[in-house]
Amino acid sequence: MAEQSSAVARYGHGSRIPGWDDSVDLSKDPAVVPDPATTPVPDELRAQIEAAMAKYPNFRSAAIPALHAAQDLHGWCSPTAIEQAACVMRLTPGYLTAVATFYDMFETKPVGRQRVYVCTNISCSLRGGKEMLEAVKAAAGDDPDLNVRGFECLGACDIAPMASVNGEFVGPLEPADAEQLIADLKEGREVLPDKQLSRRACADPGARSDG
Amino acid sequence: MADKLLFDRIDEPGLDTIEVYKRRGGYQQLERALRMTPEEVLQNLLDSGLRGRGGAGFAMGKKVSFLPRGGMDKYLVCNADESEPGTFKDRELMQKSPHMLIEGMVIAAYAAGANRSFIYIRGEYELQAMKLEAALIEAREAGYLGEDILGSGHSQTLYLHRGAGAYICGEETGLLDSLEGKRGNPRLKPPFPANQGLYQGPTLINNVETLATVPHIIRMSGTEYAKLGVENSAGTKLISISGNVQRPGNYEIELGMKARDIIYGLAGGPEPGREIKFWFPGGSSSPVLKPEDLDRGYDFDSMARAGSMLGSGAIIVVDDSNSVVDVALTLAKFYRHESCGKCTPCREGTNWTVKMLERIHAGDATPMDLDIIASVQDQIMGNCLCVLGDAMAMPLSSMVAKFRDEFEQYIEDKRAAAGLGEIPEPTPIEIAGAAA
Repeated sequence: MAEQSSAVARYGHGSRIPGWDDSVDLSKDPAVVPDPATTPVPDELRAQIEAAMAKYPNFRSAAIPALHAAQDLHGWCSPTAIEQAACVMRLTPGYLTAVATFYDMFETKPVGRQRVYVCTNISCSLRGGKEMLEAVKAAAGDDPDLNVRGFECLGACDIAPMASVNGEFVGPLEPADAEQLIADLKEGREVLPDKQLSRRACADPGARSDG
Repeated sequence: MADKLLFDRIDEPGLDTIEVYKRRGGYQQLERALRMTPEEVLQNLLDSGLRGRGGAGFAMGKKVSFLPRGGMDKYLVCNADESEPGTFKDRELMQKSPHMLIEGMVIAAYAAGANRSFIYIRGEYELQAMKLEAALIEAREAGYLGEDILGSGHSQTLYLHRGAGAYICGEETGLLDSLEGKRGNPRLKPPFPANQGLYQGPTLINNVETLATVPHIIRMSGTEYAKLGVENSAGTKLISISGNVQRPGNYEIELGMKARDIIYGLAGGPEPGREIKFWFPGGSSSPVLKPEDLDRGYDFDSMARAGSMLGSGAIIVVDDSNSVVDVALTLAKFYRHESCGKCTPCREGTNWTVKMLERIHAGDATPMDLDIIASVQDQIMGNCLCVLGDAMAMPLSSMVAKFRDEFEQYIEDKRAAAGLGEIPEPTPIEIAGAAA
């Protein structure tokens, strides 16, 4: 016991502090606003971002919509994706990277295209959300096309434990559903149609009557 | 029990289309409100006693009246970020009756003199965003949004803005920063958004449910609406019940209903053979209450008297099969993850709370750690720009205070299981704020 607590865990570089995930080359100049002449941007992406910028009094407000659009196209907020969005918005890639790293839905590492977010927050964990996440991870195996991750409260505690599969909320799930969920997803079928939130009626009996 | 206002026949097929919504009398209140002066609409909101439904419970009419008068650009932002764990009422409302929200927003903007408005919806609500986007197109085509709405001279734009998954963006100033295209860090207050909000302009920010209630206030008149509910808590409220209950879901109640009738009557109580151990009355950020508080009325004042809060109206029930330590750890981890990192007490406090709870979980703790946890919570509360830190500190300190025996038993059992023997004599050290 005494030995355990006195031995301080250290990281590979000898410090007790984890440090940054990626090293920064300080000899390089910061990236500037990409040059439109040398940065090819797909027309559709450009149109989407420009339409978003037109909605706001200040074009910077379109940062999140632009990143959503770029991520939808590239699968994750890759350096290319960020550069293309920055080029259209006339911002530095650094600015958009700072925004992208703040939000959970923006992926800063390459991930599978099929998103499965399993809620592990309080209401779901009271009903087995954490076990559910393990079951879905096990069912998914190491398929590179799948992006299975635990997520904070998705706002569907009435169907706990639940998951968001490419934006479709399904629940209440049981560990036995995990295989079916992944199989439906892989074969391009609708995922667990009986458990989709969009087909669920309001719980309040007073709201249901057609009086 | 009053008739349903927000949830009246909410499952009617096609209610998300303007056709069905109008057939049921939709947008008539907007026409009526636009025939009044903005001051008359505002007076109705003030008379109604409607308090914000998002969590803070601030009087909505008063908030509108804080906006300066005059012809400058003013903004209305609907907070549809709804990321408080346990809360899912706005989701059902936006998905099934998006036009109710739009109608309420136009009326509220008219009262506030705002001509640009946004709905900030959390990124995870993809279905709801689609429904709202479709509803917005219909409303624009029908002339309920745009220039000179229904010949009243009031012009308004309304756009949907999707977030990308951050709890902090439900905080009003964090939301504004996020809407301006930045990281969602909260701002120092004052200046309050009513004076300097979105793009530094006067901004009114309200929750989805608050704004969706506005057409009903116009229909009933503010004074009639105020007769619903109890003193200081007027009207009906959507509540989200989740956790260990048999019928979790959204229910519309008149404020002041007994908590027991909600949890046992509407939601069916815990599974047979289980007892309620504790419950969160207003989302995961509210201090927990024990079963003896179930006989209190469910309204703003009664919950405050019980030492907790109504919050967003999300009741989370935890039964006796769960360990309080596990719940505390799950919560603390969530707040650690969502802390934006701007203020030190919250960034460090959430992190150290998780570390200490993990130590308890691993069986490597002593009862003194409980004092340190309590003292850390004290040092977070009130010391940050926003209440995210408080949102962890309040439930955590209430859990440690109310279930100290269980925490201590847990520590002892874990130590015994790990073969660590007796708890060593504590070394007396000074802990700021800890009980002697």
